[in-house]
Amino acid sequence: MVLISYIKLVYSYILIFLGEVAMLAGETLLSIARGRIRPRLVLYQIAEIGYRSQLVVVVTGAFTGAVFTAQAYFQFASLNMETAVGSVVAVSMFRELGPVLAGVMVAGRVGAAMSAEIGTMKVTQQIDALRALAVSPVDYLVVPRSIAMFISMPFLVAESVGCGILASYYVGVKVLNISGVYFLANTQKWVDSSDIVMALVKGFFFAGIIVFISCREGLNAKGGAVGVGRATTSTVVNCSLAILIVNFFLTMALNIIFPAG
Amino acid sequence: MTKTPLIQVKSLVQKIGTQEILRGLSLDIIEGETLVLLGKSGGGKSVFLRHLIGLMHPVSGSIFFEGMDVTQLSERQLEPVRRHIGMLFQDGALFDSMNVFDNVAFPLRERGEKNPAIVREKVAQALAMVNMTGHEHKMPVNLSGGMRKRVALARAIISPPAVILYDEPTAGLDPIVSDSINKLIRHLQKELHVTSIVVTHDMVSCYHIADRVALLSEGRIYFIGTPEELRQTTDPTIRDFVDGRSGETIY
Repeated sequence: MVLISYIKLVYSYILIFLGEVAMLAGETLLSIARGRIRPRLVLYQIAEIGYRSQLVVVVTGAFTGAVFTAQAYFQFASLNMETAVGSVVAVSMFRELGPVLAGVMVAGRVGAAMSAEIGTMKVTQQIDALRALAVSPVDYLVVPRSIAMFISMPFLVAESVGCGILASYYVGVKVLNISGVYFLANTQKWVDSSDIVMALVKGFFFAGIIVFISCREGLNAKGGAVGVGRATTSTVVNCSLAILIVNFFLTMALNIIFPAG
Repeated sequence: MTKTPLIQVKSLVQKIGTQEILRGLSLDIIEGETLVLLGKSGGGKSVFLRHLIGLMHPVSGSIFFEGMDVTQLSERQLEPVRRHIGMLFQDGALFDSMNVFDNVAFPLRERGEKNPAIVREKVAQALAMVNMTGHEHKMPVNLSGGMRKRVALARAIISPPAVILYDEPTAGLDPIVSDSINKLIRHLQKELHVTSIVVTHDMVSCYHIADRVALLSEGRIYFIGTPEELRQTTDPTIRDFVDGRSGETIY
């Protein structure tokens, strides 16, 4: 009985959570469609979200590409297939690792900050002050962050993937002595524009996941500093889980539209 | 002063969890008056104030402002109503990412004022009215409690509202700063002819600023009258509150 009621509780929490995120997304997109956009705030958020997140996604992408290359080389070398390492790493970076790792890192850096900032505004009545001044918190806080995130995230994914492939080339060719010509030829042979599109489409979806979950958690924060802490933690956890789960379904759907190879 | 009720509150009921905070509160607020709402801490005064501006929606009951039932309006429909009602939050609720100037200019800019010269002039006027000239570039974190409330008041009055709601304007302030806030509330009423609703349990403040006083008890209006009637009442519930008697004898 305890287990059933626990499952019911978790089930209802998930449904309420998804409903609230969907409603916030709907309200935000409606506001954007109605032109309730503050360009100055959008630019500020692009700097906060896009510009200042570059280091973290570049480092993540580069070291993932490097370590993946080394590991693939150690496995492939025994089969004399070292020249395939470049294509395997590039396709993996484009289709999975680049978008997912950039998404998780941005969720940790930007999502947590967004949630903490909006959560602090909520518990210190600044959100109520906005409403009392006839300014919609969705228009003022969520819309600029959403637009900035949708613009920035595909670029961040591209940077992550690009640095991963560059690091892969460096480690493969300069450190592990794979033939540079074959490395590049195989990469060009197996990577095409559909892989790039897939990476960018995933980046776009992950932008929505991060911004709407983070803003929802911030807007629902209550109970002072402890509440803001909880909101921040659940933002990172929920965004990371949502990115991993949605990534699976996106991969299945996008592979139908853009078959691998 | 005209006797037209600007705001009519009818049988307002609000529950938070299982606790009934407001139990059928009814009250008329007359245009141009300063009404002081007294009551125990945690008695629902601030909750009531939040209903007037649509920050909370009641379980039942209605609030009429300019012919509209505020309780039935959506968040978007409430925006025009909120442009006519200013609110001073208990700790000011200044935007901590903006300096004093930007905080005060915020309502103007949000209502489409693009001319920097006009914004500067109106901000200077509003800050002068609350004696905060010269503090434009300070961040809220560097202001004292009293200064924060003054800046918040300047923000509330920069686009002159028809009604100002004050949530415990003198709470946590020393008597001298409290007195200056009280004088400011009076001054604003004379200057801007606004209707003011002041939630407080500061009796000094109450006698200083009130045209009428209402006492909230058990979620309803227990008493309403002039400050003089409040002074002279012999009702034990009111006297306990006014004279600050808890009824506890064990200490």
